[in-house]
Amino acid sequence: MTPGTGAPALRVAGLRKSYGDVVAVDGLDLTVASGECFGLLGPNGAGKTTTIEICEGLTEPDAGEVEVLGRNWRTDERSLRERLGIQLQETQLAEKLTVEETVKLFRSFYERGRRVDDVIDVVQLDEKRKARVGKLSGGQKQRLALACAIVGDPELLFLDEPTTGLDPQSRRQLWDLIVELRASGRSIVLTTHYMDEAEKLCDRVAIVDHGHVIALGTPRQLIASLGAEHVVEFTAPDAPAGALSAEALQQLNGVRAAREHDGRWTLEVVGLARAVPALLSELSRRGLTLGELATHSATLEDVFVSLTGRQLRDA
Amino acid sequence: MPELMRDPTREPRAPMMHSPSVERRAWYERSLVQLTLVRFREFMREPEAVFWTFAFPIILALGLGIAFRNKPADVVKIAVVRGTTAGDALVAKLGTAKGLKVESMDDSAAARALRTGEVALVALPDGSGGVRYRYDDTRPEGRSARFLTDDALQRAAGRHDPVAVSETHVSEKGSRYIDFVVPGLLGMNIMGGGIWGLGFAIVEARRKNLLKRLVSTPMRRSQYLASFLFSRFFFLILEIVVLVGAAALLFDVPVRGSLLQLFVVSLVSALAFGGLGLLIASRARTMEGVSGLMNLTMMPMWVLSGVFFSSTNFPKAAQPVIQALPLTASINALRATMLQGAGWGAVMPSLLIIVAWLVVTFALALRMFRWR
Repeated sequence: MTPGTGAPALRVAGLRKSYGDVVAVDGLDLTVASGECFGLLGPNGAGKTTTIEICEGLTEPDAGEVEVLGRNWRTDERSLRERLGIQLQETQLAEKLTVEETVKLFRSFYERGRRVDDVIDVVQLDEKRKARVGKLSGGQKQRLALACAIVGDPELLFLDEPTTGLDPQSRRQLWDLIVELRASGRSIVLTTHYMDEAEKLCDRVAIVDHGHVIALGTPRQLIASLGAEHVVEFTAPDAPAGALSAEALQQLNGVRAAREHDGRWTLEVVGLARAVPALLSELSRRGLTLGELATHSATLEDVFVSLTGRQLRDA
Repeated sequence: MPELMRDPTREPRAPMMHSPSVERRAWYERSLVQLTLVRFREFMREPEAVFWTFAFPIILALGLGIAFRNKPADVVKIAVVRGTTAGDALVAKLGTAKGLKVESMDDSAAARALRTGEVALVALPDGSGGVRYRYDDTRPEGRSARFLTDDALQRAAGRHDPVAVSETHVSEKGSRYIDFVVPGLLGMNIMGGGIWGLGFAIVEARRKNLLKRLVSTPMRRSQYLASFLFSRFFFLILEIVVLVGAAALLFDVPVRGSLLQLFVVSLVSALAFGGLGLLIASRARTMEGVSGLMNLTMMPMWVLSGVFFSSTNFPKAAQPVIQALPLTASINALRATMLQGAGWGAVMPSLLIIVAWLVVTFALALRMFRWR
């Protein structure tokens, strides 16, 4: 199967779910093509986990339709479970069992699937085969969880925050695994609140906030929608209040938008080579000195900030 | 990095098409076997659980067996007041008497020894050739001391018994305290295994999101619960063999009824307590919560159900409730089977009570059970 052909792997329409007064999912629509790696990106509490658990048939929605691999949960639960691989956000596997025993247990649930040895090999836990789960590091535990999710040879894989809480090296290791799984033609739906993860892994990303999709597209499209290629951040520590205004800064050559948060200015710019000299001369014209200056290429994080006015990590 | 492509021997899945190369799992790779193995592994890798299940009841039986062993008849200590020739003669006459230990002391020391229970009786010459006994008539030792002392004195003085008597000593197996307590401990063990074994493991799995993870696979939920019952079945055999075997070897505790009946009573009890454990664990989310519920369930039964002393010691008004408790019924049936050699008919009422608990607890637990 190649991405983008055939029936969608997942189709969600008008999804709603509340817990008491709290609306977790508020009219969410999604379509994930077969063979696609699709990311739900959003801050904690945006409704990502509720959404993915509804798709996994673990939570009953208040309203809306969910179609997984062309089937629905009410009529085809058993056959669907055979075809899905699921990694929950926080599962502690039994600590007294070894890696091999754990994978064997999960393999035993599926009518058919992959060989236990192969799967342990794939997630690079060969050396830990006989080790107790309780003795594994965080990254190894996540890889074991991934092994349990793929041992049934699923057509569609749900990964809920697969790298949250891991060190950078373990995260990169998991990313490599997910990239390879995607290359093998499986459809993947993952949630994350790391923009770099979504950019690196996902063919398409839905940015979710307050229970609905606020932007949808490939990472490249979403970043391009900013209309800016770079982001410049600077501080002017001795500037009196009101000395700088967003309106004035937006007039500068190459600057598309300007925002201030806690004394820190953020400019979305099109031409970095034009905007930085313009900024420096504007500051010296006003007799202000520059504190810090940093620039980076625009990211999904900037897209989120520009859409919501909040940072992903502290939203 | 190993190849992640799909296994080339597997047909790609397509709806409406049955692949001829479905990988069948061997019997030991099937989920019920694997789930049951998990139960064994988790239990055997928890040394504390192994200790409490197997070693603890034996140690308890040993301790109780020693504390309540049937001792040979005790020697009774008495005091003789010295200082007079009659007194010293009395010491000489009683000194060789069987079953008595005689100490001579002065008057005030003898009075003190009697008061503190150090001696059971004080004998003193009454000054006119006779002997006076001072003792507490309400204490059994006092009375036996009086008879033993008097008997020894009269014989020494030349009394002849007109009737010739002989003695045969008996100690009936099955009527000792150790015989009483072993079926009680077995019942208590079966209860603990069912309630702790299921309660803790299930709530732990729920708390860790493992239950949710399991139901997100095609695993059949009934098999998950069945794996607990299967593992209980195997451990039950071990528990019976270890406890009843140790009691038979160390204390000669008898099993007068059939072993099959003992096993069936134990098994039905184990299932009923498993149902109770399942019910207790059906909704709890925290270990503290489930511990509280388990103690609340088991504590009254430890006290009321006749583990260490007969449940009939409690007031008559409370008996209908006490006799309806699953542990009371279980211990009654175990005791009748082991000690009285009772047949099926005799244990049937108890067995029916246990079955009723089994049915009700499972029906409720399965209805209430929270998988997420």
